Amino acid sequence: MSIIEVSSTGLDEFKDIGRDRILGMFRDMLRIRFFEERVEELFLVRGLLVGPAHLYFGQEAIAVGVCSSINPDDVVLSNHRGHGHALAKGIPAKYVMAELFGKATGTCKGLGGSMHVCMYPKLGALYSSAIVGSNIPIAVGVGFALRNTGRIAVCFFGDGAVNTGAFHEGLNMASYLKVPVIFVCENNQYAISMKASRGIAARSIAERVSYSYNMLCYVVDGNDVLSVYKASLEASSRVRGGMGPVFLECRTYRLKGHGVYDKAEYRDKSEYAEWAEKDPIALLKNRLLQSNMLSPREISDLEDEVRREIDEAELFAQNSQVLEFSELYSFVYG
Amino acid sequence: MGEFMRILTYAEAVREAVREEMRVNPKVFIAGEDIGIYGGAQKVTKGLYEEFGAERVIDTPISEAAIVGLGIGAALMGMKPIVEIMYMDFLPIALEQIINHAAKIRFMSGGELKVPLTIRTQYSLGRAHGAQHSQFFPSILLNIPGIIIVLPSTPYDAYGLMKTAIKGENPVVYVECCLLYHRVKGEIPDQEYTIPFGKADVKRAGNDVTIVAVSRMVHEALEAAKKLEEENVSVEVVDPRTIQPLDIKTITESVKKTNRVVIASDDCVFGGIGAEIAASIQEHVFSYLDAEIIRVGAPNTPVPFSPQLEKKYMPGREDIVKAVRRVMYLDR
Repeated sequence: MSIIEVSSTGLDEFKDIGRDRILGMFRDMLRIRFFEERVEELFLVRGLLVGPAHLYFGQEAIAVGVCSSINPDDVVLSNHRGHGHALAKGIPAKYVMAELFGKATGTCKGLGGSMHVCMYPKLGALYSSAIVGSNIPIAVGVGFALRNTGRIAVCFFGDGAVNTGAFHEGLNMASYLKVPVIFVCENNQYAISMKASRGIAARSIAERVSYSYNMLCYVVDGNDVLSVYKASLEASSRVRGGMGPVFLECRTYRLKGHGVYDKAEYRDKSEYAEWAEKDPIALLKNRLLQSNMLSPREISDLEDEVRREIDEAELFAQNSQVLEFSELYSFVYG
Repeated sequence: MGEFMRILTYAEAVREAVREEMRVNPKVFIAGEDIGIYGGAQKVTKGLYEEFGAERVIDTPISEAAIVGLGIGAALMGMKPIVEIMYMDFLPIALEQIINHAAKIRFMSGGELKVPLTIRTQYSLGRAHGAQHSQFFPSILLNIPGIIIVLPSTPYDAYGLMKTAIKGENPVVYVECCLLYHRVKGEIPDQEYTIPFGKADVKRAGNDVTIVAVSRMVHEALEAAKKLEEENVSVEVVDPRTIQPLDIKTITESVKKTNRVVIASDDCVFGGIGAEIAASIQEHVFSYLDAEIIRVGAPNTPVPFSPQLEKKYMPGREDIVKAVRRVMYLDR
């Protein structure tokens, strides 16, 4: 099966996609960025949050591009780096933040934590796996149930997942059963400290998948939300049409460490600088300014508005209650 | 119980329960290796492919983790998957999916999601299948809240427990015993019935000793009881049927009456299910015990291939008789 490259698109693409959708995506990306800035501060400066947190800095275009291209009743499966997926799928920031605080109002009632925030079934955010690669076989089952319904599933994972057994078993099974699933690999170049180019024996992830599982692959500029949106929209129409699963390799960069405490000292400074230049939010912002779609004033107003949303989310989370311990027992068996 | 009965083997009882549920509920499907046209490695699913077709009887590649993952995902979307892991020895390949996902999703979603998934597997101890095709290790799942563990011993139980598994909303690991499949026959009512999880069955009533036995060892315990009857020892055989949940109440009621316990299971005694049962018994009814609790099971080695060695390796009725004599102080 072929590999289709979708790289950074020019300003012309704006026309196809439409102003409202682009502005919606910009707002969604800002929400994720400001949310993550707040989370980082809550961990490192204010010391109010504990546990692991894998931040989404630099990858905003992927969750937003993909989730904007699918329908509200399509189903998303997320991973340990899932704050962006949760917000992009439309879960209100206050429920995501409350989960980070371990409160009963959180998406998992405080029973999941940062690695499981993208669990809000009524909005199609089905499940988040904290075990790398393990959501892939589950996505196959979700897709199996969605066959012939017109709905599809999307499964997010990183480059680290590509070397797990679950990935191989899952993708092979997906092709075998022709399930309506888009597999979205967010290749952020690192699995903690293991560089993807070292750890993955194939020449590229897309090449491995294309040859091994006979699956149509897109290699996408993962820092350009318009490219991601376009590729994902194409993929979704194919998948929805019953033509089997599609794989997106979105090439991007983790702008922060693996987790909130990781300073990523194993990375080359020049490599970081090169990618920081391609910050997905700056990229889109510049395009909006260049095309006069938004004025600097409008952008700063929008930023203020989204920041207020994050303030409210934090306040909501802080003021929420923790679940009663005795309630734990009622969630083990049905 | 219905007026009319039918005689089914253990394998047929499992198949009947699956077949009936597939007939009445279009959400039920089965998936696994060679379960379709081949009828399953042990022929338990024989005929289901012909009746329900490839859409609902899904032959899968050899991918145990993906088989269970397929089941979890479909279950999350409201289907009722029954997946087969051909040998219990292959279950570890899928354990990650079972332990980290099937067992956790309901909990982590705060009860929003459920995983009504039945995972069928079987153990082939006693068939000269060697160390990697003979194992029985249900206790590895005993420490995982969120999973139901079913160990049926008779056709009657196999049918009723399978019905409960499919109709329910929990992930169930349903471990069949290959030696029982075609050898053990039993009466099954014509009318549908279910057996609730966590409800032990007294397979034989007695007054002197309680034998808590599961799966194949229930039959060995019943044979031992016959032998012991000749020695005027009255044995009660209690079959928990599910070990998660464990019906400790029925077991302790029996112990209060007999004051003596032997636990019999095909798994390795060390770290096996008998350890949990014994610990629970002494926590609940310590003062009623007149002797130590003895566990009868496999020794602490992998299963040997050599049929002669495997015969010595397998626990059986003689071991149970010896254990009963010991707790009765008849041999000391």
